[in-house]
Amino acid sequence: MGSPVVPPDTTALELLVAAGCILAASGVPGLLLAWRSPWGPRIATLMTVVASLLGVAGSVLSMTTSHASVVSLPSVIPGARVLIAVDPLSGAFVLPAFVVGALGSIYGLGYWRPAENPGNGRRLRFCYGLLLAAITFITLARDGVGFLVAWEVMALAGFFLVTTDTRSREARRAGWLYLVFSHAGTLCLLGLFAALTAANGDFALRPLAATSIGSAQATALFTLAFVGFGIKAGAMPLHSWLPSAHASAPSHVSAVMSGVMLKMGVYGIVRSASILPMAPPSWGAGVLLIGACSTLLAIAFALGQRDIKRVLAYSSIENIGIILLGLGVAMVGRSLGRPEWVMLGMAGCLLHVWNHALFKALLFFGAGSVVHATGTRDLERMGGLARGMPATATLFLVGSLAICGLPPFNGFVSELFVYLGLVRAGVTPGSAWAALPAPVLAATGALAVACFVKVLGVVFLGTARSSEAKAGHESPPSMLVPMAVLGVACAVLGVAPGLVAPALERAAEAWSGGLRPGQSLAALAPLRWVSIAALTLVVAVMALGAAVIPVCLRARRRQPSLPTWGCGYAASSPRVQYTASSFAQIITSRFAWALRTRTHTPLIEGFFPASSSFRSATGDSVLDRFLLPAARRLKGTATRARVYHQGDLQQYVLYIVAAVILLLLSNVRLEWVVTQLCGR
Amino acid sequence: MSASLVSHLALLALLPPLLLGVITKTKAVLAGRRGPSVWQPYYDIHKLFRKEVALSATTTWIFVLAPVVGLVTALLAGLLVPLGPFEAPVAFAGDFVLFAYLLALGRFFTASAGLDTGSPFEGMGAARELGFSWLTEPALFFAFLALARLSGSLSLDGMLRASEGGAWLLRTAPLVLIAAGVLVVLLAECSRIPVDDPNTHLELTMIHEVMVLDHSGPLLGLVEYGAAAKLLVLEILLLHVIAPTAQVHGWPGLALFVVGLLAIAAGIGVIESVMARLRLLHVPTLLIAAVLSCGFAFLLLSR
Repeated sequence: MGSPVVPPDTTALELLVAAGCILAASGVPGLLLAWRSPWGPRIATLMTVVASLLGVAGSVLSMTTSHASVVSLPSVIPGARVLIAVDPLSGAFVLPAFVVGALGSIYGLGYWRPAENPGNGRRLRFCYGLLLAAITFITLARDGVGFLVAWEVMALAGFFLVTTDTRSREARRAGWLYLVFSHAGTLCLLGLFAALTAANGDFALRPLAATSIGSAQATALFTLAFVGFGIKAGAMPLHSWLPSAHASAPSHVSAVMSGVMLKMGVYGIVRSASILPMAPPSWGAGVLLIGACSTLLAIAFALGQRDIKRVLAYSSIENIGIILLGLGVAMVGRSLGRPEWVMLGMAGCLLHVWNHALFKALLFFGAGSVVHATGTRDLERMGGLARGMPATATLFLVGSLAICGLPPFNGFVSELFVYLGLVRAGVTPGSAWAALPAPVLAATGALAVACFVKVLGVVFLGTARSSEAKAGHESPPSMLVPMAVLGVACAVLGVAPGLVAPALERAAEAWSGGLRPGQSLAALAPLRWVSIAALTLVVAVMALGAAVIPVCLRARRRQPSLPTWGCGYAASSPRVQYTASSFAQIITSRFAWALRTRTHTPLIEGFFPASSSFRSATGDSVLDRFLLPAARRLKGTATRARVYHQGDLQQYVLYIVAAVILLLLSNVRLEWVVTQLCGR
Repeated sequence: MSASLVSHLALLALLPPLLLGVITKTKAVLAGRRGPSVWQPYYDIHKLFRKEVALSATTTWIFVLAPVVGLVTALLAGLLVPLGPFEAPVAFAGDFVLFAYLLALGRFFTASAGLDTGSPFEGMGAARELGFSWLTEPALFFAFLALARLSGSLSLDGMLRASEGGAWLLRTAPLVLIAAGVLVVLLAECSRIPVDDPNTHLELTMIHEVMVLDHSGPLLGLVEYGAAAKLLVLEILLLHVIAPTAQVHGWPGLALFVVGLLAIAAGIGVIESVMARLRLLHVPTLLIAAVLSCGFAFLLLSR
């Protein structure tokens, strides 16, 4: 307003639009080539990498300025214009798409070879590019129509990616489930955008004036936004589509879906929270509650799974919960006028968005390598893979440490921000309730350690539980290099979080709008100490390790084939090892009320019982207990209504005549109906 | 380096085995035996460092790294707590999170090393260790929250001063509740009775000892030393909660603090002498009680 008029700098926006267009086109050349051709994947990867470099440059540039210049473009819809803009918040959310997208594409070169997957590679790469492009445009869109179009393109590309393996019944089912959930979410968003348009007067997404809407209406709109976007984000009661979709998609697609696509749901919630006026503290409290439930229950579900990719999928829900906790602190802080909570909460939220993209992509790539090497996703058939694939095992260890929030990796930094925000709220008179998620997050952290020790130990350590696991082999460099890049990124962000602090500050400022954060992130969070602690830890472990390693190498040379001490039992076998299910049992039994694990216990009778078997499976309680029964009941009711819907032409004519007569008899004037239906 | 920092490092490095010695001695005296000298754990660890390592062919480098990480994390966590009148060498807002997560890092590696052996016993120990720790963490964080609220500080150095300056007269109930919770956390994290029996002879009933069954020689020495360091660090936490330790200044204060630590060790010895180990199934109940105790302390303070 009072600031001098500067010509709007749209370089960042132009770079991002160019990146989006190249991404959208990246799969097209492959469509024109034969599916066997090795050039399709190569061209697609090259274009994705080029687009990502442009995109990274654009998003980094967008986070160095606080200005957002809106560009208006003509659109195909008469009367409406497409508005696009980029601000630090958009930049923060779109950055992971380019990083994970490009690395995933490189990973796909080795993972999804044309020779091993006849026929479906071209469709996969086309939709992959489309998904990334749609994500780019979602973050750029500043009008409801453009946003929804990009949103639907993302949803549909996601559907075709989940069902890449069309011959698998499981994948088709996962795809349909995803589509149903996705459309339910879009329905909420349609309602939201319709209401926003009514309040604003046009399609533009901009902060609503406090006078244009009542407080009850605003709460209703926020709920609508939270449900609509929360389905995409996979917040806990709305998550049922997520585990099967992530498990069925090819691993590099799972990495993009989990690392980037879920975050678009978070982006939607973050954006809605910033444009809806008069947020009372109860909104933030609600977000904190959902976040806390998501973290704790999702990690319990993750512990109950025996499919490696479903474990990772549930752990994504847990991490979305942590992100929501950060957002919740920021929202409570904004409502109560506490800029330092806003800064810590938002920094934790955004940094965890990045961190989760990095380590979850790393873990999905690692899981993909394991699945590629063994041909199974079943944890109980793995074991001892660190011997055959040492590099993958090491990188998986890095990802596991990072996702558990352990120092010296990046997960620790974002969780620290969230903790600091929560505890700062907790020590303030009158808002002690806001600190209650902190112990929940602590329990979640310990459960995450249990979960990833389980995965790491059962997959990579011990001895092979099956012949497939015994034959496990190391992945090609095209798969290892992307993982190594992600692992290094996790370490760098963990050791030097100060590098990204300015970007996080600007994004938090962009979000909080009028309320300028009073202090810098460096003043609120001990960034320097985090670096010092991480480095000390690494140096100390290396120094002490250097003292121990020669002794151990000597021992290994002297007795190369020493068995594990079996407490006097000499004939050990891989089958005596703790399995994934037995390892987690002590915890999952505590969560039996939520997990609802179905077990088949053998009946043991007599002195010489016949051979029997034990089975257990943990499904998704929300889906199995609530949604599917409700859907079945709805289907039953709908079937009864079919009496009126027999396909008989005379019957329909009768309905039309009856409707017209009713309308004529009623007080509603036909003219009014026609104007309502056909527009003004 | 100042004298207080040197004394902090020296105590951190040298004191841990003595606590184990005091516990064993107390138990022996209460059982009517003479028992080994309180210096015995030093001899044991020294002996282990001179021994050879026997490495199972199943294990990977994680097995070797785990004892190292276990010891380093416990010692680094020890740098975040004050020692009586002397303040912590490292203190910053949120260091309590680093404290808890350092211990979790050690646990991650110790449990992974257990699974690395491919033996059912170690797997069992690892599953139990992780199956109970998820209840000690929220207890610890509720304690931290309550202490933060009492002291208004966000760093351990300030939080652990919550009991100073007559707070025991004004804030008795919350401090008692926090102390009870932290004591249970200590007993569980350091594998003491009633959660775990470090002296049992049956692998099937152990938690921590069975998880490190395959470690030998210097590696076992590091494991034992790391476990003792963790005991020391958690005892320091407990002592600060139950006593206003900064009232006596300077070196006499530090000496008094060390006496306090030894007294807690003796107290653990008494607990071990008069109690039986709980059934494993009942351990979570005790830990949930600790969570509730600390949570209730926070509730009392959050008016």
